[in-house]
Amino acid sequence: MTDALAIRNVSHAYGARKALDDVSFSVPAGSFTVLLGLNGAGKSTLFSLITRLYAARHGEIDIFGHNVMREPGAALRQLGVVFQARTLDLELSVMQNLLYHAALHGIGPIDARRLGQAALARAGLADRAKDKARALSGGQMRRVEIARALLHDPRLLLLDEPTVGLDIKARADLLALVRGLVRDQHLGVLWTTHLVDEIADDDQVIILHQGKVLAKGRAAEIVAAQGAATIGDAFARIAGIGQEKLSA
Amino acid sequence: MSEIAAPRGFTLRQYLICLSGVVWREGLRFLHQRERFVSALVRPLVWLFIFAAGFRQVLGVSIIPPYETYVLYEVYIAPGLMAMIQLFNGMQSSLSMVYDREMGSMRTLLVSPFPRWFLLGSKLLAGVAVSILQVYAFLVIAYFWEIEPPTKWGYLTLLPALALSGLMLGALGMLLSSLIKQLENFAGVMNFVIFPMFFASSALYPLWRVKESSPWLYYVCEVNPFTHAVELIRFAFHEKVEWTSLAIVFGYTSAFLVAAILAYDPGRGMLMRRGG
Repeated sequence: MTDALAIRNVSHAYGARKALDDVSFSVPAGSFTVLLGLNGAGKSTLFSLITRLYAARHGEIDIFGHNVMREPGAALRQLGVVFQARTLDLELSVMQNLLYHAALHGIGPIDARRLGQAALARAGLADRAKDKARALSGGQMRRVEIARALLHDPRLLLLDEPTVGLDIKARADLLALVRGLVRDQHLGVLWTTHLVDEIADDDQVIILHQGKVLAKGRAAEIVAAQGAATIGDAFARIAGIGQEKLSA
Repeated sequence: MSEIAAPRGFTLRQYLICLSGVVWREGLRFLHQRERFVSALVRPLVWLFIFAAGFRQVLGVSIIPPYETYVLYEVYIAPGLMAMIQLFNGMQSSLSMVYDREMGSMRTLLVSPFPRWFLLGSKLLAGVAVSILQVYAFLVIAYFWEIEPPTKWGYLTLLPALALSGLMLGALGMLLSSLIKQLENFAGVMNFVIFPMFFASSALYPLWRVKESSPWLYYVCEVNPFTHAVELIRFAFHEKVEWTSLAIVFGYTSAFLVAAILAYDPGRGMLMRRGG
Protein backbone atom coordinates (compact mmCIF):
# COMPACT_ATOMS: atom_id res chain seq x y z
CA MET A 1 0.00 0.00 0.00
CA THR A 2 1.23 3.49 -0.82
CA ASP A 3 2.38 5.57 2.11
CA ALA A 4 0.59 8.82 2.78
CA LEU A 5 3.99 10.47 3.14
CA ALA A 6 7.37 9.01 2.24
CA ILE A 7 10.58 10.85 3.02
CA ARG A 8 13.78 9.32 1.65
CA ASN A 9 17.31 10.44 2.46
CA VAL A 10 16.43 14.10 2.81
CA SER A 11 19.24 16.47 3.76
CA HIS A 12 19.09 20.23 3.90
CA ALA A 13 21.44 22.97 4.97
CA TYR A 14 21.28 26.74 5.44
CA GLY A 15 24.74 27.75 4.36
CA ALA A 16 27.15 25.72 6.46
CA ARG A 17 24.53 24.84 9.07
CA LYS A 18 23.03 21.42 8.45
CA ALA A 19 19.36 21.43 9.42
CA LEU A 20 18.46 17.90 8.23
CA ASP A 21 20.85 15.02 7.77
CA ASP A 22 19.76 12.00 5.73
CA VAL A 23 16.22 11.88 7.11
CA SER A 24 14.03 8.97 6.05
CA PHE A 25 10.66 7.87 7.39
CA SER A 26 7.10 7.32 6.25
CA VAL A 27 3.58 8.05 7.46
CA PRO A 28 1.24 5.14 6.62
CA ALA A 29 -2.22 6.08 5.34
CA GLY A 30 -4.74 6.23 8.20
CA SER A 31 -2.09 6.44 10.91
CA PHE A 32 -1.33 8.96 13.64
CA THR A 33 2.41 9.56 13.43
CA VAL A 34 4.25 11.82 15.83
CA LEU A 35 7.43 13.66 14.89
CA LEU A 36 9.04 14.26 18.25
CA GLY A 37 11.89 16.69 18.66
CA LEU A 38 13.06 19.67 20.62
CA ASN A 39 12.91 23.19 19.23
CA GLY A 40 15.59 23.47 16.56
CA ALA A 41 15.55 19.74 15.78
CA GLY A 42 14.67 20.47 12.14
CA LYS A 43 10.90 19.92 12.30
CA SER A 44 9.97 23.25 10.75
CA THR A 45 12.57 22.84 8.00
CA LEU A 46 11.07 19.46 7.20
CA PHE A 47 7.63 21.07 7.06
CA SER A 48 8.87 23.72 4.65
CA LEU A 49 10.27 21.02 2.39
CA ILE A 50 7.12 18.88 2.48
CA THR A 51 4.92 21.89 1.71
CA ARG A 52 7.34 22.95 -1.05
CA LEU A 53 8.15 26.33 0.39
CA TYR A 54 11.62 25.46 -0.78
CA ALA A 55 13.27 22.45 -2.32
CA ALA A 56 15.28 19.80 -0.54
CA ARG A 57 18.94 19.88 -1.49
CA HIS A 58 19.08 16.09 -1.37
CA GLY A 59 16.49 13.34 -1.16
CA GLU A 60 12.91 12.71 -2.22
CA ILE A 61 9.54 13.52 -0.69
CA ASP A 62 6.39 11.79 -1.97
CA ILE A 63 2.77 12.33 -0.94
CA PHE A 64 0.69 9.30 -1.92
CA GLY A 65 3.30 8.45 -4.51
CA HIS A 66 3.44 11.95 -6.03
CA ASN A 67 6.80 13.62 -5.76
CA VAL A 68 6.43 17.15 -4.35
CA MET A 69 8.96 18.66 -6.75
CA ARG A 70 8.06 16.81 -9.94
CA GLU A 71 4.26 16.68 -9.47
CA PRO A 72 3.57 19.47 -6.98
CA GLY A 73 -0.08 19.92 -7.99
CA ALA A 74 -1.03 16.27 -7.54
CA ALA A 75 0.99 16.04 -4.30
CA LEU A 76 -0.34 19.22 -2.68
CA ARG A 77 -3.93 18.30 -3.48
CA GLN A 78 -3.68 15.37 -1.11
CA LEU A 79 -2.26 17.54 1.62
CA GLY A 80 -3.86 19.62 4.37
CA VAL A 81 -1.56 21.72 6.56
CA VAL A 82 -1.84 23.45 9.92
CA PHE A 83 1.21 25.66 10.33
CA GLN A 84 2.75 26.52 13.64
CA ALA A 85 2.10 30.23 13.15
CA ARG A 86 -1.55 31.25 13.14
CA THR A 87 -2.56 31.76 9.54
CA LEU A 88 -6.20 32.79 9.78
CA ASP A 89 -6.97 36.26 8.49
CA LEU A 90 -8.19 37.91 11.67
CA GLU A 91 -10.10 40.66 9.87
CA LEU A 92 -12.25 38.17 7.97
CA SER A 93 -15.05 36.00 9.29
CA VAL A 94 -14.53 32.30 9.92
CA MET A 95 -16.53 31.41 6.79
CA GLN A 96 -14.68 33.98 4.66
CA ASN A 97 -11.42 32.36 5.70
CA LEU A 98 -12.76 28.99 4.61
CA LEU A 99 -14.08 30.33 1.29
CA TYR A 100 -10.66 31.82 0.53
CA HIS A 101 -8.96 28.52 1.21
CA ALA A 102 -11.52 26.70 -0.93
CA ALA A 103 -10.85 29.10 -3.82
CA LEU A 104 -7.14 28.27 -3.53
CA HIS A 105 -8.16 24.69 -4.27
CA GLY A 106 -10.47 25.58 -7.13
CA ILE A 107 -13.68 25.02 -5.15
CA GLY A 108 -16.40 27.57 -5.96
CA PRO A 109 -18.31 29.49 -3.28
CA ILE A 110 -21.49 27.37 -3.35
CA ASP A 111 -19.68 24.06 -2.77
CA ALA A 112 -17.29 25.79 -0.39
CA ARG A 113 -20.08 27.05 1.85
CA ARG A 114 -21.57 23.57 2.10
CA LEU A 115 -18.19 21.96 2.77
CA GLY A 116 -17.29 24.75 5.18
CA GLN A 117 -20.42 24.26 7.25
CA ALA A 118 -19.78 20.52 7.43
CA ALA A 119 -16.13 21.03 8.40
CA LEU A 120 -17.06 23.55 11.10
CA ALA A 121 -19.71 21.17 12.46
CA ARG A 122 -17.07 18.43 12.72
CA ALA A 123 -14.84 20.85 14.61
CA GLY A 124 -17.70 21.79 16.95
CA LEU A 125 -17.86 25.37 15.68
CA ALA A 126 -20.96 25.34 13.49
CA ASP A 127 -22.37 28.42 15.21
CA ARG A 128 -19.24 30.55 14.75
CA ALA A 129 -19.22 30.76 10.92
CA LYS A 130 -20.14 34.45 10.84
CA ASP A 131 -17.88 35.55 13.68
CA LYS A 132 -14.65 37.35 12.93
CA ALA A 133 -11.63 35.10 13.37
CA ARG A 134 -10.30 37.67 15.84
CA ALA A 135 -13.18 36.84 18.21
CA LEU A 136 -12.13 33.19 18.62
CA SER A 137 -10.00 31.74 21.41
CA GLY A 138 -6.62 30.17 20.62
CA GLY A 139 -8.06 26.65 20.73
CA GLN A 140 -11.00 27.60 18.53
CA MET A 141 -8.67 29.18 15.97
CA ARG A 142 -6.70 25.97 15.82
CA ARG A 143 -9.87 23.98 15.25
CA VAL A 144 -10.90 26.35 12.46
CA GLU A 145 -7.45 25.88 10.92
CA ILE A 146 -7.97 22.13 11.01
CA ALA A 147 -11.44 22.50 9.50
CA ARG A 148 -9.90 24.68 6.81
CA ALA A 149 -7.06 22.25 6.14
CA LEU A 150 -9.60 19.45 5.61
CA LEU A 151 -11.98 21.43 3.42
CA HIS A 152 -10.63 20.09 0.13
CA ASP A 153 -10.76 16.52 1.44
CA PRO A 154 -7.04 15.71 1.65
CA ARG A 155 -5.83 12.27 2.78
CA LEU A 156 -2.78 13.53 4.65
CA LEU A 157 -2.84 16.19 7.35
CA LEU A 158 0.32 17.85 8.67
CA LEU A 159 0.24 19.74 11.94
CA ASP A 160 3.29 21.68 13.08
CA GLU A 161 3.27 22.01 16.87
CA PRO A 162 -0.47 22.71 16.86
CA THR A 163 -0.87 22.77 20.63
CA VAL A 164 1.70 25.50 21.32
CA GLY A 165 0.14 28.23 23.44
CA LEU A 166 -3.05 26.30 24.24
CA ASP A 167 -4.33 25.49 27.72
CA ILE A 168 -4.65 21.90 28.94
CA LYS A 169 -8.29 21.47 27.96
CA ALA A 170 -7.86 23.00 24.51
CA ARG A 171 -4.85 20.75 23.93
CA ALA A 172 -6.82 17.66 24.91
CA ASP A 173 -9.80 18.69 22.75
CA LEU A 174 -7.57 19.27 19.75
CA LEU A 175 -5.79 15.98 20.13
CA ALA A 176 -9.13 14.16 20.49
CA LEU A 177 -10.46 15.88 17.37
CA VAL A 178 -7.48 14.82 15.23
CA ARG A 179 -7.37 11.29 16.62
CA GLY A 180 -11.08 11.01 15.79
CA LEU A 181 -10.33 12.02 12.18
CA VAL A 182 -7.69 9.30 11.90
CA ARG A 183 -10.08 6.70 13.29
CA ASP A 184 -13.24 7.72 11.44
CA GLN A 185 -11.93 9.05 8.15
CA HIS A 186 -8.76 7.03 7.75
CA LEU A 187 -6.74 10.23 7.54
CA GLY A 188 -2.94 10.01 7.66
CA VAL A 189 -1.62 12.50 10.22
CA LEU A 190 1.88 13.78 10.90
CA TRP A 191 1.80 15.62 14.21
CA THR A 192 4.98 17.39 15.29
CA THR A 193 5.53 18.20 18.92
CA HIS A 194 8.08 18.46 21.67
CA LEU A 195 5.50 17.47 24.29
CA VAL A 196 5.75 13.77 25.14
CA ASP A 197 2.40 13.64 26.94
CA GLU A 198 0.65 13.95 23.56
CA ILE A 199 1.91 10.51 22.51
CA ALA A 200 -0.12 7.30 22.94
CA ASP A 201 1.43 3.81 23.09
CA ASP A 202 0.13 2.80 19.67
CA ASP A 203 1.27 5.93 17.83
CA GLN A 204 4.04 5.74 15.30
CA VAL A 205 6.85 7.93 16.62
CA ILE A 206 9.84 9.42 14.83
CA ILE A 207 12.47 10.98 17.06
CA LEU A 208 14.28 13.82 15.33
CA HIS A 209 17.25 15.36 17.09
CA GLN A 210 19.70 17.88 15.64
CA GLY A 211 18.52 17.08 12.13
CA LYS A 212 18.86 13.31 12.42
CA VAL A 213 16.30 10.54 12.91
CA LEU A 214 17.49 8.72 16.04
CA ALA A 215 14.60 6.28 16.40
CA LYS A 216 11.32 5.32 14.74
CA GLY A 217 8.59 2.81 15.43
CA ARG A 218 5.60 2.32 17.72
CA ALA A 219 5.92 4.35 20.91
CA ALA A 220 5.61 1.24 23.07
CA GLU A 221 8.37 -0.50 21.09
CA ILE A 222 10.74 2.46 21.44
CA VAL A 223 10.10 2.55 25.20
CA ALA A 224 10.70 -1.21 25.48
CA ALA A 225 13.86 -1.11 23.36
CA GLN A 226 15.35 1.54 25.64
CA GLY A 227 14.24 -0.25 28.79
CA ALA A 228 12.61 3.02 29.77
CA ALA A 229 9.46 3.66 31.77
CA THR A 230 7.88 6.25 29.48
CA ILE A 231 8.37 7.66 26.00
CA GLY A 232 9.73 10.83 27.59
CA ASP A 233 12.32 8.79 29.43
CA ALA A 234 13.18 6.91 26.23
CA PHE A 235 13.53 10.14 24.28
CA ALA A 236 15.80 11.64 26.94
CA ARG A 237 18.06 8.58 26.78
CA ILE A 238 18.15 8.47 22.99
CA ALA A 239 18.83 12.18 22.60
CA GLY A 240 21.13 12.31 25.59
CA ILE A 241 19.29 15.13 27.29
CA GLY A 242 17.61 15.79 30.63
CA GLN A 243 13.93 14.99 31.17
CA GLU A 244 13.15 18.58 32.18
CA LYS A 245 13.40 19.74 28.52
CA LEU A 246 10.40 17.63 27.62
CA SER A 247 7.80 19.27 29.81
CA ALA A 248 5.58 22.06 28.53
CA MET B 1 -16.95 12.98 -10.74
CA SER B 2 -16.97 16.05 -8.53
CA GLU B 3 -14.41 18.76 -9.11
CA ILE B 4 -12.95 18.23 -5.68
CA ALA B 5 -12.13 14.61 -6.35
CA ALA B 6 -10.56 15.24 -9.76
CA PRO B 7 -7.23 13.46 -9.66
CA ARG B 8 -4.95 16.08 -11.17
CA GLY B 9 -4.95 19.21 -13.25
CA PHE B 10 -7.47 21.99 -12.98
CA THR B 11 -10.18 23.20 -15.31
CA LEU B 12 -10.24 26.76 -16.61
CA ARG B 13 -13.22 27.39 -14.34
CA GLN B 14 -11.17 26.33 -11.33
CA TYR B 15 -8.36 28.70 -12.32
CA LEU B 16 -10.92 31.49 -12.46
CA ILE B 17 -12.32 30.49 -9.06
CA CYS B 18 -8.82 30.68 -7.60
CA LEU B 19 -8.08 34.04 -9.20
CA SER B 20 -11.38 35.57 -8.10
CA GLY B 21 -10.89 34.17 -4.59
CA VAL B 22 -7.51 35.90 -4.27
CA VAL B 23 -8.88 39.18 -5.66
CA TRP B 24 -11.94 38.95 -3.40
CA ARG B 25 -9.80 38.46 -0.31
CA GLU B 26 -7.55 41.40 -1.22
CA GLY B 27 -10.65 43.55 -1.74
CA LEU B 28 -12.09 42.52 1.63
CA ARG B 29 -8.80 43.26 3.37
CA PHE B 30 -8.68 46.64 1.72
CA LEU B 31 -12.22 47.47 2.84
CA HIS B 32 -11.35 46.46 6.37
CA GLN B 33 -8.28 48.68 6.43
CA ARG B 34 -9.94 52.07 6.13
CA GLU B 35 -6.83 53.91 7.26
CA ARG B 36 -4.98 52.43 4.31
CA PHE B 37 -7.63 53.72 1.91
CA VAL B 38 -7.70 57.17 3.52
CA SER B 39 -3.92 57.52 3.54
CA ALA B 40 -3.72 56.29 -0.06
CA LEU B 41 -6.10 59.13 -0.93
CA VAL B 42 -4.73 61.85 1.32
CA ARG B 43 -1.11 61.46 0.17
CA PRO B 44 -1.65 62.55 -3.46
CA LEU B 45 -4.22 65.14 -2.44
CA VAL B 46 -1.69 66.80 -0.14
CA TRP B 47 0.70 67.00 -3.08
CA LEU B 48 -2.02 68.34 -5.31
CA PHE B 49 -3.45 70.96 -2.99
CA ILE B 50 -0.39 72.11 -1.10
CA PHE B 51 2.72 71.31 -3.09
CA ALA B 52 1.27 72.06 -6.51
CA ALA B 53 -0.42 75.24 -5.33
CA GLY B 54 2.82 76.46 -3.79
CA PHE B 55 4.99 75.61 -6.78
CA ARG B 56 2.59 76.78 -9.43
CA GLN B 57 4.34 80.15 -9.63
CA VAL B 58 7.86 78.76 -9.41
CA LEU B 59 7.68 76.02 -12.01
CA GLY B 60 6.34 77.11 -15.34
CA VAL B 61 5.45 74.33 -17.72
CA SER B 62 5.75 75.00 -21.42
CA ILE B 63 3.56 73.36 -23.99
CA ILE B 64 4.73 69.77 -24.33
CA PRO B 65 2.89 66.73 -25.62
CA PRO B 66 0.28 65.50 -24.89
CA TYR B 67 -0.87 68.99 -23.85
CA GLU B 68 -1.97 71.31 -26.60
CA THR B 69 -1.98 74.44 -24.52
CA TYR B 70 -0.43 75.80 -21.38
CA VAL B 71 -1.58 73.78 -18.40
CA LEU B 72 -1.66 74.51 -14.72
CA TYR B 73 0.98 72.80 -12.64
CA GLU B 74 -1.77 70.82 -10.87
CA VAL B 75 -2.77 69.36 -14.21
CA TYR B 76 0.84 68.51 -15.01
CA ILE B 77 1.51 66.59 -11.81
CA ALA B 78 -1.81 64.72 -11.66
CA PRO B 79 -0.55 61.73 -13.74
CA GLY B 80 2.54 61.55 -11.54
CA LEU B 81 0.29 61.41 -8.50
CA MET B 82 -1.80 58.63 -10.04
CA ALA B 83 1.41 56.68 -10.59
CA MET B 84 2.48 57.52 -7.05
CA ILE B 85 -0.71 55.92 -5.73
CA GLN B 86 0.22 52.79 -7.65
CA LEU B 87 3.83 52.92 -6.51
CA PHE B 88 2.79 53.10 -2.87
CA ASN B 89 0.22 50.40 -3.40
CA GLY B 90 2.77 48.13 -5.07
CA MET B 91 5.19 48.62 -2.20
CA GLN B 92 2.41 48.20 0.35
CA SER B 93 1.43 44.90 -1.28
CA SER B 94 5.00 43.75 -1.00
CA LEU B 95 5.08 44.91 2.60
CA SER B 96 1.99 42.81 3.21
CA MET B 97 3.70 39.86 1.52
CA VAL B 98 6.67 40.16 3.84
CA TYR B 99 4.25 40.45 6.74
CA ASP B 100 2.22 37.50 5.43
CA ARG B 101 5.36 35.47 5.14
CA GLU B 102 6.41 36.26 8.68
CA MET B 103 2.90 35.57 9.93
CA GLY B 104 2.55 32.44 7.87
CA SER B 105 -0.42 33.31 5.67
CA MET B 106 1.84 33.51 2.63
CA ARG B 107 2.38 29.81 3.23
CA THR B 108 -1.34 29.24 3.00
CA LEU B 109 -1.21 30.73 -0.47
CA LEU B 110 1.92 28.89 -1.59
CA VAL B 111 0.74 25.48 -0.38
CA SER B 112 -2.16 25.65 -2.83
CA PRO B 113 -1.86 23.02 -5.58
CA PHE B 114 -2.18 25.63 -8.34
CA PRO B 115 1.09 26.49 -10.12
CA ARG B 116 3.10 28.99 -8.18
CA TRP B 117 3.36 31.48 -11.06
CA PHE B 118 -0.43 31.52 -11.21
CA LEU B 119 -0.78 32.13 -7.46
CA LEU B 120 1.73 34.98 -7.52
CA GLY B 121 0.11 36.40 -10.65
CA SER B 122 -3.31 36.30 -8.97
CA LYS B 123 -1.94 38.08 -5.94
CA LEU B 124 -0.41 40.68 -8.23
CA LEU B 125 -3.64 41.24 -10.16
CA ALA B 126 -5.53 41.62 -6.88
CA GLY B 127 -3.14 44.39 -5.83
CA VAL B 128 -3.48 46.07 -9.22
CA ALA B 129 -7.28 46.02 -8.97
CA VAL B 130 -7.09 47.75 -5.58
CA SER B 131 -4.64 50.37 -6.90
CA ILE B 132 -6.93 51.17 -9.82
CA LEU B 133 -9.82 51.73 -7.44
CA GLN B 134 -7.65 54.12 -5.45
CA VAL B 135 -6.68 56.08 -8.56
CA TYR B 136 -10.29 56.52 -9.63
CA ALA B 137 -11.26 57.63 -6.12
CA PHE B 138 -8.47 60.23 -6.37
CA LEU B 139 -9.79 61.35 -9.78
CA VAL B 140 -13.28 61.87 -8.38
CA ILE B 141 -11.91 64.43 -5.92
CA ALA B 142 -9.45 65.90 -8.44
CA TYR B 143 -12.36 66.50 -10.83
CA PHE B 144 -13.56 69.29 -8.58
CA TRP B 145 -10.17 70.99 -9.07
CA GLU B 146 -10.64 70.84 -12.82
CA ILE B 147 -8.28 67.95 -13.33
CA GLU B 148 -10.05 65.99 -15.99
CA PRO B 149 -9.36 64.46 -19.39
CA PRO B 150 -10.25 66.34 -22.59
CA THR B 151 -13.41 64.22 -22.93
CA LYS B 152 -14.98 61.66 -20.61
CA TRP B 153 -13.39 58.91 -22.75
CA GLY B 154 -10.11 59.75 -21.08
CA TYR B 155 -11.30 57.94 -17.97
CA LEU B 156 -11.66 54.80 -20.05
CA THR B 157 -8.45 55.10 -22.06
CA LEU B 158 -6.65 55.55 -18.75
CA LEU B 159 -7.69 52.10 -17.56
CA PRO B 160 -5.31 49.89 -19.61
CA ALA B 161 -2.41 52.24 -18.82
CA LEU B 162 -3.19 51.94 -15.10
CA ALA B 163 -3.43 48.18 -15.41
CA LEU B 164 -0.01 47.93 -17.03
CA SER B 165 1.76 50.43 -14.77
CA GLY B 166 0.11 48.80 -11.73
CA LEU B 167 1.40 45.42 -12.89
CA MET B 168 4.90 46.77 -13.32
CA LEU B 169 5.04 48.42 -9.90
CA GLY B 170 3.32 45.44 -8.25
CA ALA B 171 5.80 43.02 -9.82
CA LEU B 172 8.65 45.22 -8.62
CA GLY B 173 7.16 45.14 -5.12
CA MET B 174 6.81 41.36 -5.29
CA LEU B 175 10.42 41.00 -6.34
CA LEU B 176 11.51 43.22 -3.46
CA SER B 177 9.36 41.23 -1.03
CA SER B 178 11.28 38.08 -1.94
CA LEU B 179 14.58 39.85 -1.31
CA ILE B 180 13.70 41.40 2.02
CA LYS B 181 14.48 39.10 4.89
CA GLN B 182 12.50 40.77 7.60
CA LEU B 183 9.87 43.39 8.08
CA GLU B 184 12.33 45.74 9.79
CA ASN B 185 14.33 46.07 6.59
CA PHE B 186 11.37 47.52 4.80
CA ALA B 187 11.81 51.14 5.91
CA GLY B 188 15.11 51.15 4.03
CA VAL B 189 13.38 49.99 0.89
CA MET B 190 10.93 52.86 1.17
CA ASN B 191 13.86 55.30 1.29
CA PHE B 192 15.89 53.60 -1.39
CA VAL B 193 13.08 52.72 -3.78
CA ILE B 194 10.03 54.94 -3.43
CA PHE B 195 11.67 58.33 -3.00
CA PRO B 196 14.38 58.00 -5.65
CA MET B 197 11.90 56.53 -8.14
CA PHE B 198 9.42 59.30 -7.56
CA PHE B 199 11.81 62.26 -7.56
CA ALA B 200 14.05 61.06 -10.40
CA SER B 201 11.14 60.92 -12.82
CA SER B 202 8.89 63.14 -14.88
CA ALA B 203 6.25 63.11 -12.14
CA LEU B 204 6.99 66.57 -10.76
CA TYR B 205 8.81 68.31 -13.60
CA PRO B 206 9.24 67.72 -17.33
CA LEU B 207 12.46 66.00 -18.29
CA TRP B 208 13.66 68.83 -20.56
CA ARG B 209 13.94 70.95 -17.43
CA VAL B 210 15.96 68.24 -15.71
CA LYS B 211 18.22 68.00 -18.75
CA GLU B 212 18.95 71.73 -18.59
CA SER B 213 20.15 71.50 -15.03
CA SER B 214 21.81 68.06 -15.01
CA PRO B 215 22.30 65.83 -18.05
CA TRP B 216 23.45 63.04 -15.76
CA LEU B 217 20.19 63.13 -13.76
CA TYR B 218 18.29 63.29 -17.04
CA TYR B 219 19.67 59.89 -18.07
CA VAL B 220 18.81 58.45 -14.69
CA CYS B 221 15.24 59.70 -15.16
CA GLU B 222 15.15 58.23 -18.65
CA VAL B 223 15.96 54.71 -17.47
CA ASN B 224 13.73 54.99 -14.43
CA PRO B 225 10.70 52.75 -15.09
CA PHE B 226 8.55 55.09 -13.04
CA THR B 227 9.11 57.92 -15.57
CA HIS B 228 7.60 55.76 -18.27
CA ALA B 229 4.69 54.68 -16.10
CA VAL B 230 3.94 58.37 -15.52
CA GLU B 231 4.18 59.23 -19.21
CA LEU B 232 2.05 56.26 -20.20
CA ILE B 233 -0.63 57.42 -17.76
CA ARG B 234 -0.27 61.08 -18.80
CA PHE B 235 -0.85 60.30 -22.48
CA ALA B 236 -3.61 57.76 -21.81
CA PHE B 237 -5.47 60.29 -19.68
CA HIS B 238 -5.32 62.55 -22.72
CA GLU B 239 -6.61 59.75 -24.92
CA LYS B 240 -3.25 59.19 -26.60
CA VAL B 241 -0.60 56.50 -26.60
CA GLU B 242 3.07 57.14 -25.85
CA TRP B 243 4.49 54.15 -27.69
CA THR B 244 8.03 54.35 -26.34
CA SER B 245 6.83 54.42 -22.75
CA LEU B 246 4.39 51.63 -23.48
CA ALA B 247 7.19 49.42 -24.82
CA ILE B 248 9.50 50.26 -21.94
CA VAL B 249 6.85 49.67 -19.27
CA PHE B 250 5.96 46.40 -20.94
CA GLY B 251 9.62 45.35 -20.94
CA TYR B 252 10.17 46.25 -17.30
CA THR B 253 6.92 44.49 -16.31
CA SER B 254 8.04 41.27 -18.00
CA ALA B 255 11.50 41.44 -16.44
CA PHE B 256 10.21 42.12 -12.90
CA LEU B 257 7.58 39.39 -13.24
CA VAL B 258 10.03 36.74 -14.37
CA ALA B 259 12.50 37.72 -11.64
CA ALA B 260 9.78 37.66 -8.94
CA ILE B 261 8.51 34.24 -10.03
CA LEU B 262 12.06 32.88 -10.07
CA ALA B 263 12.71 34.36 -6.64
CA TYR B 264 9.66 32.54 -5.29
CA ASP B 265 10.55 29.31 -7.07
CA PRO B 266 11.22 26.68 -4.42
CA GLY B 267 14.23 25.23 -6.23
CA ARG B 268 16.32 28.34 -6.77
CA GLY B 269 14.53 31.10 -4.93
CA MET B 270 15.77 33.44 -2.30
CA LEU B 271 13.42 31.84 0.24
CA MET B 272 15.80 28.93 0.24
CA ARG B 273 18.55 30.89 1.95
CA ARG B 274 16.41 31.60 4.92
CA GLY B 275 16.00 29.41 7.94
CA GLY B 276 12.54 28.10 8.55
